[in-house]
Amino acid sequence: MKYMLLLRVPQRPAEGTPEWDQMGVEFGAAKQAMESAGVLVDCAPLAWTDSATTVRVRDGQTLLTDGPAAEIKEHLGGYTILDCADLDEALKWAAANPAAVTGSVEVRPILAP
Amino acid sequence: MTDPLAQALRSHWWPAVATLTRLLGDLDLAEEAVQDACAVALARWPAAGVPANPLAWLVGTARHKATDRIRREAVRAQKEAAAMAQPDRAADQPHWAPAGDDELGLILLCCHPALDIEVRVALTLRCVCGLSTSEVAAAFLLAEATVAQRLVRAKRKIRQAGIRFTVPPPDDLPARLAAALRVVYLVFTEGHTASGGARLVRDELCDQAVRLARGLARLVPGEPEAAGLLALVLLTDARRPSRVDGRGRLVLLADQDRSRWDQARIAEGDRVLQAALRAGRPGPYQIQAAIAACHSTAATAQETDWPQIAGLYAELLRYEWNPVHLANRAVAVAMAEGPAAGLSLLDSVAAQPQLSRWPQLHIARADLLTRLDRPAEARAAYRAALELNLSEPEREFLERRLGARVDTPSAQPDQP
Repeated sequence: MKYMLLLRVPQRPAEGTPEWDQMGVEFGAAKQAMESAGVLVDCAPLAWTDSATTVRVRDGQTLLTDGPAAEIKEHLGGYTILDCADLDEALKWAAANPAAVTGSVEVRPILAP
Repeated sequence: MTDPLAQALRSHWWPAVATLTRLLGDLDLAEEAVQDACAVALARWPAAGVPANPLAWLVGTARHKATDRIRREAVRAQKEAAAMAQPDRAADQPHWAPAGDDELGLILLCCHPALDIEVRVALTLRCVCGLSTSEVAAAFLLAEATVAQRLVRAKRKIRQAGIRFTVPPPDDLPARLAAALRVVYLVFTEGHTASGGARLVRDELCDQAVRLARGLARLVPGEPEAAGLLALVLLTDARRPSRVDGRGRLVLLADQDRSRWDQARIAEGDRVLQAALRAGRPGPYQIQAAIAACHSTAATAQETDWPQIAGLYAELLRYEWNPVHLANRAVAVAMAEGPAAGLSLLDSVAAQPQLSRWPQLHIARADLLTRLDRPAEARAAYRAALELNLSEPEREFLERRLGARVDTPSAQPDQP
């Protein structure tokens, strides 16, 4: 069954810094491991929350907010979609994700359409 | 459940639900089907007699009940196919016995670490032990609706999140087993010293914890920590008959009538512990069992080997640093080396917010302060304990202490 890993991270290093490069290496390795195991469906980082727009429709009116839906310490920094045998397998991949070390990884089953 | 027939049915609940969960691939449906089969048994067995293999009968009947339910609901067509596709091993074979893997799979499923610990406890008592929702609610002083909602959510998560009914591979077993042992430990500690309510001891929880610990130790014979937990539960539970007096009032370990302790249970616990220790892989449950053995095998309170207990607590702290163990160590040190040594250890940890919420810490401090002839501070410590969550017998005990200063050799709490 399919799972979405929501990668939440406290902040992101500035582009071009050694920390940025390091992050690229770590996420690259995690991606490669999931690919070799044949579980990876899709994964991508998201542009940072300063380019987020939140949409709400109230009483037929569309309201836009500049920024993420909730101000919290960890922001959604990327996602991964996996096809795994069961939750235990998905949890192992979540624990192997670099975001689990600096932030958290929320594992959500994707409901069949 | 006091009816002997109902008791007998409950003893088959674990393997029956386990087998049905494997056959049906659905915990919820399995539990409902076994419940239905038990209702049929309760109605029929008194007149028709108990079948030669009651468990096989229950499993066979539950399968038919499950099929009925699936047909009624009509939407789970593929489950019906799955239920009937399996060879009918159970119903017609008098020597049919459940597979241990199924029973282990069921308890590991109910104790999956992706479920909240309170949910795990409720689910285990319901699906493994066969307690009704209202019995689980009563045991934890919760509203029945709260427990029912927890169970519904848990089963939905198991189904939706893809938590599988399976014995995990050897690499994953220790972590999964630890989660199950933790649930059994919590059931036992809540039974042994209720965190609230009219009774100090909840017999039904102690009994279920013993049953679960026995079951786990049998299912994973190569895991000394499972045996360690069984030994801990047996050695501590053996003191149950003397922990409250005739009026339901708490009796301290030092003041208990040791002739009322269950010697058979102590001997069994000691045997289980010795066998576990021979594996040479000690762990926190084995160490706690060794501490329980020091108490339960001492002929009198005076003969308790306090230096040994203090040493075991120090060892335990190496495995899991926990303020409660630290406070217990301080009490043991006080008994071995004198109240001043114990008090200075207690005071070194008393400032921790987590520990100051533990009433036994304040009770132990109060006792040591009394023995050091510092009555005003002792009274303050008793009052601090009274502000925390306590069962009625514990509260009444402290009020007695505050009312009339009583001197006893030790206020060692009778904790597992």
